[in-house]
This record gives sequence, structure tokens and C-alpha cells, in this order.
Amino acid sequence: MTPSGLEVHLEEAPVLRPLQRSGWGFWLLVGTLLAVIAVGVYAYVTQIRVGLGVTGLNDRISWGIYITNFVFFIGVSHAGTLISAILRVTGAEWRRPITRMAEAITVFALLVGAAMVLVDMGRPERILYVLRFGRLQSPILWDVISITTYVAGSLLYLYLPLIPDLAQLRDMPGLRAWKRALYRLLAAGWRGTPRQRGALEQGIGAMAIVIIPVAISVHTVVSWIFGMTLRAGWHSTIFGPYFVIGAIFSGIAAIITAMGAFRRVYRLERFLTPDHFQKLGYLLLTFNLLYMYFTISEYLTITYGAEIRDVALVHALFYGAFSRMFWLMAIVGLVLPAVLTLIPHLPVVDRLERVRLLRPVPAGAAALLMGAVVAVVHFRSLPQATTTWGISSGTILAVAAVLGASALLAFLPVLRRRPVASVVLASLLVNIGMWLKRYIIVVPSMALPLTQSEWATYRPTWVEWSITAAAFAMFILLYTLFAKFFPLISLWEVRESPAPAAAHAEEVAA
Amino acid sequence: MTTILEDPALAAPTAKPRGRISRRTFFKALAATGVASALPAVSKLAGAWAREGRHAQGARTARRWVMVIDLAACDGCKKCTKACQAEHLVPFEQEWIRVYETSNNEYDEYFMAVPCQHCEVAPCVKVCPVGATFHNAEGIVLVDHDRCIGCRFCMAACPYGVRSFNWIEPKHSPAEQFAKYSPEFPVPHRKGTVEKCMFCAHRVKMGRLPACLEICTKEGMRAIWFGDANENLVTNGHEVKKLTQVLGEGRAFQYKEELGTHPRVYYLLPSRRDLQGPNTAKPAAPPKVKDDPFRP
Repeated sequence: MTPSGLEVHLEEAPVLRPLQRSGWGFWLLVGTLLAVIAVGVYAYVTQIRVGLGVTGLNDRISWGIYITNFVFFIGVSHAGTLISAILRVTGAEWRRPITRMAEAITVFALLVGAAMVLVDMGRPERILYVLRFGRLQSPILWDVISITTYVAGSLLYLYLPLIPDLAQLRDMPGLRAWKRALYRLLAAGWRGTPRQRGALEQGIGAMAIVIIPVAISVHTVVSWIFGMTLRAGWHSTIFGPYFVIGAIFSGIAAIITAMGAFRRVYRLERFLTPDHFQKLGYLLLTFNLLYMYFTISEYLTITYGAEIRDVALVHALFYGAFSRMFWLMAIVGLVLPAVLTLIPHLPVVDRLERVRLLRPVPAGAAALLMGAVVAVVHFRSLPQATTTWGISSGTILAVAAVLGASALLAFLPVLRRRPVASVVLASLLVNIGMWLKRYIIVVPSMALPLTQSEWATYRPTWVEWSITAAAFAMFILLYTLFAKFFPLISLWEVRESPAPAAAHAEEVAA
Repeated sequence: MTTILEDPALAAPTAKPRGRISRRTFFKALAATGVASALPAVSKLAGAWAREGRHAQGARTARRWVMVIDLAACDGCKKCTKACQAEHLVPFEQEWIRVYETSNNEYDEYFMAVPCQHCEVAPCVKVCPVGATFHNAEGIVLVDHDRCIGCRFCMAACPYGVRSFNWIEPKHSPAEQFAKYSPEFPVPHRKGTVEKCMFCAHRVKMGRLPACLEICTKEGMRAIWFGDANENLVTNGHEVKKLTQVLGEGRAFQYKEELGTHPRVYYLLPSRRDLQGPNTAKPAAPPKVKDDPFRP
């Protein structure tokens, strides 16, 4: 018995090990991330020095990938709320091992997302004017209020369930003095008395309920930044719910990706079981279908009504300048993940293995070829390929489609045998797809001519890409450092979970 | 079957330890605090909206400046754009009044000069988070570059695309150094803020007409009229007419008036050229139904 009355649990070793020592992999990762961040900082300094003129933005397309990143990260931040609040309120006990990872995503994604707004500002030194001269009539103020509330709430909601674990860490032998002091400070005198437990349960219970409307408000007001303007493609009444569903969707994808990574790196198989991936996969599928539904509603409504600007926008998305991105988002970001999450329920997939053509070697060759073809098409554009080789562009596309489909079909049985991998792959694709989706929400509506002029063009510069890369690196770095100081699994909650999850964990361990 | 009311678990009073706040009390207190803290903000918001609402009607301001652009008279020389750039020392050759070439059909081309429309219900003023863009006491939409944070929300919100941004530090001419900055004459220009047409507020204040109008009249086109709607008078620098008469004779329209922004710039139909005699420059247009009928 340790002084806090908490026993030492041997099976928790994999969770606590990263807190005690760091391998070369950790330092390599941190070094790489710091390097990427350094480039981003250099890019930002350049931007501060010269002005936003170093970006690809212009008077017509005045918001670009900074705002895309902002919407993306704020969307990702919905991971925590969904997992730890909604699942808690609905009494889904399997959530216990993943709540902490989800809440940490929320906090860090919010911090990085909010920073993107600062990066996008022409006069960042005047940021406090938003408080000093703030006009509540502006949707930006709604965002400021909503997001700061959400940051505060999420920090609290991350911290409260950490307390018992912090007490356990505080009482752990062999800690450096400063670390012990840190844990002692943060554990706030936790001894696990019934009174403390009651207060903690009450606090977490209250936060779980309070945080849900705040989270919904956050992505609603983010959507209203666009929805409140009169631009085609933005001025839509379904934007609030559309964005909220999209946010939860990409939030689930982010948590699955993080779980997949840490499960492998930290050997957390005992806590993050295939069951978790399957259940989150179902949630991912649900929100995928919801997102498809909203997407179809949005585009069908404006296409059928056929106002001039709406039609021009939809045409650019479906067939025009943004079509490549749009269909990539629709097929790779929505349809393919849906198939991947459904794979365990598709016995027909096994039969594909009997098809000789789809054996791995030809499939690999097919994928390579398809990659080459797509690369050529992407970089040289179809008409050029047509003139160079004398093959019609339709043929090239058809061949690429057949090759791609056969490569995919060949890999499906492999993925069916590895359900965790297939869900993680689906989540990765969703992450990419949702970033693209945010880009084609932000940019095409601004590229659309408002007056009798041509479509505007926008090509992000190295500054924007460097800062974007740095934002992602910062997010990963914050998360990695968090994982070095705090247990990624809420140990006390898992310990206290009712039978099924614990039993399952034992089972896997045995 | 038990309803919620009969459910013993919910209906039975639970034993409460002393000196502890029950969850119910906690939430009540939380909600009360929330409502109480929100009240001043809500009343401030309501007050501000009411003020803006009154302002948007425009009737209360002493002056109500309007511009009338005669599309039948404009020959697309773009001298207004250049005069404006010279007058305001406009950076980066931004076009605060931009001349678009457009047409109703291929035989009927005309030019459309688009300055800031100085909307009475201005989307840019609505969305500005810090009140940096605002209606002045005479209803002109101005930008305070001391206040602008460069978020460019106004540029996203403007349905006319008339706003420009100083993406880098503008070149400063010696002439600029003597100007004293005010939102009515935003010189010297500065990096990271939004710029646009301001109906030459600095000239209007002194009883002079906007620079674009002056050059247009000097060039003999007399396509731009300016005046006070409260007085129902406009002038093109050559003659003074009743605003209602000019608008009526010219079959005036407002640009994208269906958006409800109530622009203070009116356009007179280009097709009136036919009434003023045959257009010698181009062959007579055969009657041809083409394009969408909604295009201005």
C-alpha cells in the first residue's frame, strides 16, 4: 500500500513506462517536430516582417489555408467532448480507457486552431482590441467567447479526471524531485477519501453536461463566420449542424488515429482493444453517413434551385477547378472510409482472395502503375498527356480507375483480417478528406466572382505550407509531451470500470 | 409500467449529507450566475442593435450622401479610377472605384464603375469584430486604420468585392508625410489593414465633390452624380437636378438590391442610349434573347 491508499498495479506498467524513461525514438520525434516548427517560426517571422503579402492570398481570396487549418483543428477538438462527455452521459462504459487521449486532443487542437487565427491576422499585435472594442454583433466575437469558454472547460475537464492519477504518480517511487513537486501541486492533496471522490464525481458529472452545449456552440459559431455572409456556398442555414457533424466526424477520426499510433508505440494493446476500434469505427461510420447526408442536402438543394452563382460554384466543384479536390474528398474521404469501417461485416470480401488477378504481387504492381498514372495526370494535366502519348484522356482515366479499383479490391481481404488496421486507415483517410473539405468550403466561395470578372486564383506559398506543417507538428509535439508527463490512459477510471471492459482486458492479457 | 414520476429511484428523496450542495442546487446556482452575467451583455447588444437599426434607416443623419452612376454616359475610360488613386495616394494601384466591362448581349456592351456602395445595411459594418469599419455621422462607410486588426472578415462579407487589403507595407511618398491621418483621409496607408472608397469624405466635408466625379465631368462624360438624398438634390458638377427626377428618368437600379444591403449608389440603365439616338459606334442590335434576364 502506498500512502495514498492506491495499490500498485503491474498491468499498468505500459502506461507508466513512457513517463519514466524515453527511448531514442522519442528524441528523434521531438527533434524532427522541433525542426518543422523552427521552419514554421522562420516563415511566420518572414510574414510578420514583410506582411501577409508573402502568402498566396489576395484581395479576392483573402482567406486560405490558415482559415482551413483553423476550421480543421477546431473540428478535431470535438474528439474529447464526444468521447468523454457524450459517451459518459449515455453511460457507455467502454469509453473509459480512451477518455484521456480524447480530451488531450481537444485541448491541444483548440490551442493550435486558435493560434491559426492569430497567424491569419494582418495586425496580430492588435489581438486584444477584440476584447477592448469587441462588438457582440460580429460572429468573430461569438467565436472568441465560445472558443475561450471551450478551452477553459476542456482544460478543466482534462484536469479533473487526472487528479487521482496524479496522486498515484506523486506516490510513485524513483521520481525526480521537480517532477514529484509538479505532481504534488497538481494532485491538489488527493487522498482518495470518500468525500473527495464524491466531489470529483460531481465535478466531472457537471462538466460532462456543461461541455456538450459549449462544444456544439463552438463549431456552430465557426460555421456562422461563413454562414452569416452573403456569399454563395456559405450563406446556408444548415451550416451550423453541417459543421458540428463534420467536427465530430473528424474528431472521431483524430482519436482513432491517435489511439492507433500510441497503441503501437506504447504497447497499449491491453487497454485499447480491437473492441474499442470496432465501436469507434461504428461511430465513425455513423457520422460519415450523416456527413454524406448533409453534403448531399447542401449541394442538391442549391443545384436544383439553380441560382446563377450557386450553379457556377457547384460546377467548379463537380467538374471545374476544384473537382479534383472535391472528388478526392468524396471518394477517399467519405466513401472509402465507409467501406473500410464496414469490412468486418462483408464476408464477400474473403472471396476476392480466390481471384488470381488480385493476388498481392499483381495488385502491388497495379497500385504502383496507378500512382504513376495519377502523378502524370496531376502534374502534366490530361490534355498534355493526350498530346504527348496520343492516348485519349478518357482511356487514361479509365485505366487508372480500373487499376485503382483492382488494387483496392486486392487489399480489402488483407484489411479484413486486420480490423484495427482498417479502422485506423479509415480514420487517416477521413482526416485528410476533412482537411480537403474545409479547403473547398473556404476557397471556392471566395474564388467565385462577385462582379463581372473572372474566377480568382489562389496558390498557397511556402510560408503558408511551412506554417501549416508547423501547426501539425506543434499539435503532435504537445500531444507527445503530454504523453511523457501524464498517463494517456485514465488508470483509476479503468480500474473502477464495471465488469465487461476489465474482463476483456484480463482476457487479452491472458 | 412506471413513468418517470413513479420511478422510485427518482421520486424518493435521497439522503443528503450535511453542508454539501446538491447537484440540483449547484446547477441552479450555475444557471443563475450564467444568466446574471449574460444580462448586461445582452442589454448592451440589444441597445447597439437598436442604434444600428436606426442608423441603417439613414433618415436620422443630417446628410445622406448618394452617388448616381449613369451607365449610358460612361465610356469606360477609367479616368475616375486613376483620379481616385491620385487623390487618395492609393497604394499598390488598388482600384477603389473599379470599371468592369460587361454586356447585356454581345451587341450591347457597356461599362460599369463600382465604388464602395456605402450600404445602409452594410454587411462589412455588421461583421467587423472591433468596429473599425463604421458609418460616420453622414452615413458614409469608413475604415479606421488605427483600429483595424486585419482579420479581413469585411472583405469576405462584402457582396460587391470593393475592399482591398494592404498585404505589405505601402511605399510612402514624400507628399504622404505631411498628411495627418484620419479615417476620412487614411494617409499614410499602412500594412495589414483594409482599404476602400470613402466617397471622398474629406472633400465632401469641405463642400467639394468626389475626385472621380470631378474628372468624369471634366472629361465631358458627366456620368457620375453626387448629392444629399435628404435634400433630394444631386449634381454632376455641371448641373443640379432633383435626385428623384434623375433616378426616375434614368430608370435607376441598385447593384444587387435583392440582397437587402440598401446601397447608396444608384445606376442608370445603359439601354437609355437607344432613346438618346442611335448608337453610331456599333451595329444595331438584333433582338436576341440570350443570357439570364437577371443580370444587371
